Amino acid sequence: MQKHTFTISLFVGIFALTVLAQFGVINQYLQSVIMLMGVNIILSTSLNLVNGYMGEFSCGHGGFMCVGAYVSSVITVLCFSKNQILGAPLLPPSLALLAFPIALFAGAAVAAVAGLVVAIPSFKTRGDYLAIITLAANYIVISAIDNMEIIGGPRGFMGMNATVNGMKGLLDIPWMLLWVLFGTVFSVWLLRRFVTSTLGKGVPAIAQDEIAAEIMSVDTNRMKLIAFMLSSGIAGLAGGLFAHILGYVNPHSFDIMKSTEVMVMVYLGGMGSLSGATLSAVLFTVLLEVLRPLEIWKWVVIPLLLILLMQFRPEGIMGNKELSDLFPKLKKFYSFK
Amino acid sequence: MNALQFGSFYALIALGYTLVYGVLRLINFAHGDIFMVGAYIAYFVAVLLLGGEGMSGLGLSPGLTLAITVPATMILTSLVGVALERTMYRPLRRKGADRLYVVITALMAGLMLENGNLALLGASRKSFPELLQKVIWTFGSVSVTNLKVIVIVAALLVFVLLEFIVTKTKIGMAMRGISYDKFAIPLMGIPLDTIIVFTFILGSSMAGLAGILFAMSYPILEPYMGALIGWKAFIAAVVGGIGDIRGAIVGGFLLGFIEIGVVAVFPSTLRDLFAFSVLLGILWLKPTGLFGVAKTTKI
Repeated sequence: MQKHTFTISLFVGIFALTVLAQFGVINQYLQSVIMLMGVNIILSTSLNLVNGYMGEFSCGHGGFMCVGAYVSSVITVLCFSKNQILGAPLLPPSLALLAFPIALFAGAAVAAVAGLVVAIPSFKTRGDYLAIITLAANYIVISAIDNMEIIGGPRGFMGMNATVNGMKGLLDIPWMLLWVLFGTVFSVWLLRRFVTSTLGKGVPAIAQDEIAAEIMSVDTNRMKLIAFMLSSGIAGLAGGLFAHILGYVNPHSFDIMKSTEVMVMVYLGGMGSLSGATLSAVLFTVLLEVLRPLEIWKWVVIPLLLILLMQFRPEGIMGNKELSDLFPKLKKFYSFK
Repeated sequence: MNALQFGSFYALIALGYTLVYGVLRLINFAHGDIFMVGAYIAYFVAVLLLGGEGMSGLGLSPGLTLAITVPATMILTSLVGVALERTMYRPLRRKGADRLYVVITALMAGLMLENGNLALLGASRKSFPELLQKVIWTFGSVSVTNLKVIVIVAALLVFVLLEFIVTKTKIGMAMRGISYDKFAIPLMGIPLDTIIVFTFILGSSMAGLAGILFAMSYPILEPYMGALIGWKAFIAAVVGGIGDIRGAIVGGFLLGFIEIGVVAVFPSTLRDLFAFSVLLGILWLKPTGLFGVAKTTKI
């Protein structure tokens, strides 16, 4: 029983949220906050793999998210909606349910390939120089999409709503909420399985001492390749979900500001802690919504809070511990394999 | 000439990054925003002295205003830089925190400066008063304004000055010493904090100078102007080999030339794409930058 409590409560939670959303107990605004939370959790846990577990300083996560968002949006728009340039829909709307996850995964796959731009230089360099490479990669992605007129360029790209409506046409439940929740659970599960696996133990080994890791028979180049591609691929998944929540994407919503936001979430939660990254993503999203009345002062208050955090608890909320390390009694209620 | 001018701006800001990095091994991400603050300080000082824009100034002549604005801005901007160091970086350094946390703090300080400015002064753009009569000189087929020449000469002068300070003076020797071994230096009787503050003064006043010159060349100020230029200058510093003064100058001018060269051939929207791709290529081939020396890691 103990083995399954967590899984069961998770799925019950997802089911309960969907039911609540279906019968209008939680309104549209709350739903969108929850969805944003899910996307942020995916982003911060995936960046945590590189910045936290591997100890690199990647500050271009927004770029990979952008790749995923655009690729999956282009696929769904191509398939399900009428677009001036891409032409009439290729598939009937009833196939939307089937094609949507495929589009999401295609976006994630392309984003993972884009991660190669960062992964290959990381063989030779690390630290500050790698930070620049990620930064440059972010700028390159943004300005490449800015220059592609066929997908709207700087004006942005829209038409993803047709897919969501297609799914609604089959069965009228809050599909996007469901997809985001599943996406979140899937990403956190995948990352957790990876980090705790024998193969994944190489990632924190690189963080501690790359040369020693190599001597201890960790194939560091392969590890870096896997970590960067996994991280950027999951960011691409987050991007695809984000695009379909909003129904509109603009290259400039994925610029260095977005990457900074994700970094803030990672360091707020604590490096190398999945539950910390999840917690801080939730906290950060709530904070953004609570501080909304402050308008522009919001962006003065949040950095200030983070600076204070760095001064007084520089290791973040959780440090590099998981929730079950801090509260050992929780282990009574759930355990992971 | 445009390329040289832009290169000078990048080089001036990159110098600030490089100085602080060279001494502290800290990427001062707030530097681009210190540049922005410098431009705003220049604006307020100039308007205060010159009058106009709804402010009853002292009504000085433009020439005198310029003569006061430059040192005043450099001093005030360096105060901002030192304030950041005192309130944010020093406590962290005292605690011996990992340098990653200092980098995050710097990033946040930059955001705070940017948005604090936006919140205090509003989103409306400020237009910088004209302090210098525009003169156009023609050398053969090339014609330049006096401002461009001033910008380029200023960047080169600053480079020579810094190179002199770092390599020839006692304080420069101390700076290099700190970058070599932060723990041994206080044992030698060298005041660590004083040297670090001095570094911040130098770096920030360079950013202030770049701010004035930028405001005079492109007289429109907005709170986000520091961010993009700051990031680009940072990239320039890294391409040159961060921590190396020659590298910062070369990287800055290189970035300027690439950007202007791309605009001359392709549509201007492709500027960033090409500039960053070239820089990525350079880092790909030479991972420690043009002048950087690969550090050997001991086991």
